[in-house]
Amino acid sequence: MGIAIIEKLASLDRRWIFLLMFLAVAIPILLELEFPEKPTLLAQDVFDEIEKLEPGDKVLLAFDYDPASEGELGPMATSFILHCANKKLKMYFLSLFPVGPQMVEDGITKVILTDFPDLVYGEDYVNLGYKPGYEGVIKVIMTDLRELYTTDARGQNIDQIPMCQDVENVQDMKLILNVSAGYPGSKEWVQYGATAYPDKVKMVAGVTGVQAPYMYPYVPKQLKGLLGAIKGAAEYETLVNEKYVEGEPKPEYREGVRRMGPQLIAHLLMIFLILAGNILFFLQKRIQRL
Amino acid sequence: MKFEHTKLTLLFLFIAAFAIWQTVNDSEKLAGREYVKQVEGQWVPADEIDRQAGIAQVSTSRSIGLWVGAFFTLFIFSFLYKDNPFYKMAESTVVGVSAGYVMVVGFWTTIIPNLLGKLTPGLIQQWAMPGLSPEQAPGAWVYIFPLILGIMLIMRLVPKASWISVWPLAFIIGTTAGLRMVAFLEADFLSQIENSIVPFVEIDETNSVDYWQSFQNIFSVVSILACLVYFFFSIEHKGAVGKVSRFGIWILMITFGAMFGMTVMGRIALLAIRLEFLFREWLNLHL
Repeated sequence: MGIAIIEKLASLDRRWIFLLMFLAVAIPILLELEFPEKPTLLAQDVFDEIEKLEPGDKVLLAFDYDPASEGELGPMATSFILHCANKKLKMYFLSLFPVGPQMVEDGITKVILTDFPDLVYGEDYVNLGYKPGYEGVIKVIMTDLRELYTTDARGQNIDQIPMCQDVENVQDMKLILNVSAGYPGSKEWVQYGATAYPDKVKMVAGVTGVQAPYMYPYVPKQLKGLLGAIKGAAEYETLVNEKYVEGEPKPEYREGVRRMGPQLIAHLLMIFLILAGNILFFLQKRIQRL
Repeated sequence: MKFEHTKLTLLFLFIAAFAIWQTVNDSEKLAGREYVKQVEGQWVPADEIDRQAGIAQVSTSRSIGLWVGAFFTLFIFSFLYKDNPFYKMAESTVVGVSAGYVMVVGFWTTIIPNLLGKLTPGLIQQWAMPGLSPEQAPGAWVYIFPLILGIMLIMRLVPKASWISVWPLAFIIGTTAGLRMVAFLEADFLSQIENSIVPFVEIDETNSVDYWQSFQNIFSVVSILACLVYFFFSIEHKGAVGKVSRFGIWILMITFGAMFGMTVMGRIALLAIRLEFLFREWLNLHL
């Protein structure tokens, strides 16, 4: 009887595992399970680095991601814009991903047009759009922005945009805020920006879970702070909401925290499956020996 | 049609029927609809407050997009059950749309403003980009070289002249290799060595020893050295070297485990956003 169950479990169709994972993620979403987030040092560093800036300081928001990683990076991007808008910083958006400008526009619509209608395009924020060329773009704009960006994403001459007139290159920015889904992204910004100009360029980043382990070695000298995956997003989101949002934050500003509920249940399931798989493996070995 | 495909078709029809039922009967009038409002001449998504204030209206085009997005999500998910025509159709659409999109974006963001806009700014301003300055920048004639290299690259499409494309490719590979080597040496080799040189005894602001930070620093340096020993194959991994190398393997395994954990977290977040989209934005379901 016991042997039969072990054999059956060992040859279990993997689709049952998919179904379990679906339920582990779906049920917390439907039940709106949320847990409090305690910010870790890395998220606090990102927050503090932006807090140090004065109103009117220029920040470059490089949104190097696309819809495929929106689930992880969207909450970080939203919180970055919310934080910068509250601090009244001059926001220069650009992207090294072809669909990046749409992600930028999405963030602008979600935060600036909805909650900061007094901010003026071209004076308080500008979308410079996408340029192909991977790290080559970073290398060029670190010394000459106009070499590649002659117009913004809307086709307007960059020299006619008030907030671009006194910008020669990215070294004029007080901080680079990068949201990255892979290549080209944070690693390239560190290599060609923060490392190449250590006295002038400071940078913080929000990256996917896959990328995060590759970026930790750059902290704190080359990278002032790092948000790793949805956990980092939730921690930073909590810091921004606690300081700048009065009352209950809108659902758009709680996406990171909201997605940590399914994370917990799905991770518990993963741990259970790994343990169960190993126990099953050893039981099978024992049966074979008998 | 195979039996498996019939089952999937029936499942999708059932989901569609449920979605229509939910759209019609949703008391909040949110399911299956996208609401928009006008801000400074632009249509932007509207929230609950806008709906209550009466300034929001249903957008037919965005609502169709919502339904298309929902069904494409389900078609892609159906691959988890078995490869099927719905998945193939969704996959082909994504590949085709992405290729077309990247081509168009590349044309309008690079070839027009950064190449033709530099060589013939007046013409491009009149034809395509009114915002562009009509005056040619000094020294802009050098952009003739990327134009020539670009044309040579396209020769790849002509079988008899495809060898010409090797030259610009060699140029691209050479410059990229040079650029990346310098950046790697600076950012990943020299800077990482510098980052690894940390004090073994860390003193905090109160002039006392920070034991936890000191332990972290020592552990970090020992781990780096142990991992390096593991990859040092000129000495046989026996005795003391073998033990250090074994410790290096443990560190590597723990790192791989952490990387796996981070990857799992990322993938679950991606699944969560798709399910949020289906349950909330599309069906407005709450338990």
